[in-house]
Amino acid sequence: METNTAILLSMVIPFAAVATNLLLRHRPNLRDGVTLAAAVLTFLSVLTILANEGNGTTEPMVLFSVMPGLDLAFNVEPLGLMFAILASGLWILTHLYGIGYMRGNKEDNHTRFFACFSFAIGAVMGIAFSANMFTLFLFYEALTISTYPLVAHKGTPEAIKGARTYMGILMGTSIGLLLVAVIWTSSAAGTLDFTRGGILDGKIAGPAVAVLLGLYAFGIGKAALMPFHRWLPAAMVAPTPVSALLHAVAVVKAGVFTMLKVGIYIFGIDFLASTGASEWLMWLAAFSIVAASVVALTKDNLKARLAYSTISQLSYITLGMALANSMGALGGGMHIATHALGKITLFMCAGSIYVATHKTEISQMKGLGRVMPITFGAFMIGAMSVIGLPPFAGSWSKWLLIVSAADATQWVMIAVLMVSSLLNVAYLLPVVARGFFLPADDKVSEAVIARNLKDGRIREAPLLVWLPPAISALGTILLFFYAGDLQTFLAPIVAAN
Amino acid sequence: MATDVTQTAASLADHLPVLQVLVPFIAAPLTVLIGSRRLAWPIAFAASAAATAIAFALLMQVIGGGVISYHLGGWAPPIGIEYRVDATNAFVLLLVSGISTVVLIYARVSVAAEVPRRQHTLFYTAYLLCLTGLLGVAVTGDAFNVFVFLEISSLSTYVLIAQGAYRDKRALTAAFDYLIMGTIGATFFVIGIGLLYMATGTLNMADIAERIAEQGSNRTVQSAFAFIVVGVGLKVAIYPLHLWLPNAYTFAPSAISAFLAATATKVAVYVLMRFIFTVYQPGFPFAVNTLIVIIIPFAVLAMFAASFIAVFQTDFKRMLAYSSVAQIGYILLGIGLLSETGLTAGIAHLFNHAITKATLFMGVGAFVLRAGGSFYDRIEGLGRTMPWTSAAVVIGGLSLIGVPGTAGFISKWLLVQAALEKGWWPVAMLIVASSLLAVVYVWRVVEALYLKTPGTAAAAAARDVPLGMLLPLWGMALATIYFGFDTNLTLGASRTAAQALLAGGFGAH
Repeated sequence: METNTAILLSMVIPFAAVATNLLLRHRPNLRDGVTLAAAVLTFLSVLTILANEGNGTTEPMVLFSVMPGLDLAFNVEPLGLMFAILASGLWILTHLYGIGYMRGNKEDNHTRFFACFSFAIGAVMGIAFSANMFTLFLFYEALTISTYPLVAHKGTPEAIKGARTYMGILMGTSIGLLLVAVIWTSSAAGTLDFTRGGILDGKIAGPAVAVLLGLYAFGIGKAALMPFHRWLPAAMVAPTPVSALLHAVAVVKAGVFTMLKVGIYIFGIDFLASTGASEWLMWLAAFSIVAASVVALTKDNLKARLAYSTISQLSYITLGMALANSMGALGGGMHIATHALGKITLFMCAGSIYVATHKTEISQMKGLGRVMPITFGAFMIGAMSVIGLPPFAGSWSKWLLIVSAADATQWVMIAVLMVSSLLNVAYLLPVVARGFFLPADDKVSEAVIARNLKDGRIREAPLLVWLPPAISALGTILLFFYAGDLQTFLAPIVAAN
Repeated sequence: MATDVTQTAASLADHLPVLQVLVPFIAAPLTVLIGSRRLAWPIAFAASAAATAIAFALLMQVIGGGVISYHLGGWAPPIGIEYRVDATNAFVLLLVSGISTVVLIYARVSVAAEVPRRQHTLFYTAYLLCLTGLLGVAVTGDAFNVFVFLEISSLSTYVLIAQGAYRDKRALTAAFDYLIMGTIGATFFVIGIGLLYMATGTLNMADIAERIAEQGSNRTVQSAFAFIVVGVGLKVAIYPLHLWLPNAYTFAPSAISAFLAATATKVAVYVLMRFIFTVYQPGFPFAVNTLIVIIIPFAVLAMFAASFIAVFQTDFKRMLAYSSVAQIGYILLGIGLLSETGLTAGIAHLFNHAITKATLFMGVGAFVLRAGGSFYDRIEGLGRTMPWTSAAVVIGGLSLIGVPGTAGFISKWLLVQAALEKGWWPVAMLIVASSLLAVVYVWRVVEALYLKTPGTAAAAAARDVPLGMLLPLWGMALATIYFGFDTNLTLGASRTAAQALLAGGFGAH
């Protein structure tokens, strides 16, 4: 199959899945089965691209031109391909998990849920394969809009409020700041194509570079850079599969992915380094890393804690870009993958605990590890990967970021990364420790017993709920051993042109 | 025989500019004379469709930058009345007649539900007269003729708005308000034209332009300009001359709201552009200063004040009316930037906003039909019971915000670009900041539609409107998406128009 056909297929299939979801709304098994097939097919078409192109970069395929200099165009390059593989691969896993969760938890409106979910994946594929900033912006907004109903899914006043914050910040930053940045770039550079080495060198100079970078950095609200991070905890009112895929992989990673694309292909790493325009961003990212970790320590709600952990981890990637050297960009790119695997494991475990026990607060989870060993085991592996301990994938990206900070002789940044790792230990491992070592808390609410537990005994959630996190946990171990390959794969993004 | 047909066709083709006006103008009394309720709609529709075809043919002739000059009755200008078509007004003609045709399809069901049967014949007569007036304003090259057609459209508009009284009596006061304000506007406008005639001795626009260029600036010409800007400004609803608009749009029958919002103010904006750029040439210092000192600040004010008011409305239809005032601000801002990109943005937004608002007002009409009103508490939960209608409304709303992939995005992009080209940073930031207000007021509707449970029995039992309303609604919704991607027609025409206007012409004279 031609690469360009495969690119189109990887977007068309998820969008077609939206339609099949709506058409088959009265036949849930068939509907979910077809969507699963769509997820597998999407993954296969992305793999076809990998087989065809390896880590090469293809010429843009222009679908059509909206106005001169504003094309809807797609191409393949290593960073985008990695993101596409990640998102489509984890879609399969999350879809299975979603079926188990939605049914196990007796949630409503399955059709709307899965339809929006598929649409969001289609938008992510569009982001991953965008050949220019306009195309990326188009799908970036489509992703915001399609995930809004997912966040508001429960329809409770709390969900509506959370969804409003979600929409307000994401839409507000993208239209208020990112759009201006994009138009400015287009006016200054005369193009928006992602070009190795950047398009802005020689087009703008002086403080304007830092200002434009600021418009991008804050405008890409999905990267959750402080102070525009509030949407992430607010979005945690969504059902857990949404949090798992969208807020560990699709939405937040679309944000930092855009951030890296802007840094590497719009500004150009060398241009950033020579102007020093990104130094302030480095400090802000460092602040975000530490501050969000500290906030995470104070959260008793497991999902909220994970949300703040995500904010902190996303800033690692922004930091990698802001360090403005090739190790930083590579480390940031790898962290997209390693953090995605680690965090999706954690979120799915949180959902698994919720389905089995309806418990959301960490303080209530004493002793659960002994009755739910797989869930808590997977959680422990995910946690250690996020902390950055070997032999889990997260250790490599953190390693590269530290090397990058050393290259840039930013000793403070090394300290920040170290402190952050310690904070990660402090807020993630107690969850596991409580689960395994503290005596069980026997208070299970009547409602839970009525819903799930016929004999009042807690046990593992259904197969489709505990299996996916177990698989992604194994993935973090696997990726540790293949991290070198991933690094080689990504290397062209920072190669001299 | 065959040659006869081709000859007739060829000679008819020469008369397209006048046929543009004559077709609806003759159809209007025809509906009354035939007097059949059953035939009123088909006649109106046929006339409107024919006008659309004519407008399309005209636009194709001039989109490359040409000009058609048509002498009415064979009398050469400046003695006779001249109809003059260039890319600018051909674009407006297509917009007006196209929207009119789509709205008419919609009106068949909607009007039947909102206006008593015995009124239908007269309703469609008034509608056709309104269409005639709007097309006439756009096609003519004669300043006094503009006034005449403006009055034809205004008088029939007052009648059409008052038809909303069968649903809500307040339509009568709304129509009366508009009558008073509109008449004041028309008076100012005709005084301005009188002064121009006094100073130049001619009423042909191209001719006036030449004479003004010869004699330069003087008090008479300047005060004429002031009168014309205020007079037309009332029709455009330039903030703060917009007071008639919210009530008029809110209480008019749904089809009329859709038609007026998409066309009436747009035609008035066209007149303003025509006078500023063609009659008074872009080099006329008084006009330029007026633009910078008066129009731009009020345009920006409109973008904020009206958007802000829109946020706090509790009636969807009224919210849209205020949003219209704000969007007119964008158009005026584009014009006021006095650059090719800015003017292109303004003219493109004229079109893009027209189709966006037509979508939204038709959506409101559908809600009114099924849920009995457009207050937020009435439309709650309709996302579930009227999925197709609601989805179209969401598309319109996204275009209003300017989300990429919709028509609204294109004009917003150009507008910000134009501001940046001039180095007007604060203005660029203001444009996006006011878009954020649009996010807020659009999202209130989305939340009401999708996240609330139906509050009334009518809303719970609602279902999608008949195809007669749904098809035009979706046609417009798809058009807002289509023109968000394919901009050959919109930007091609707007750019040609902008270049011609900035060159100070009605093309070469």
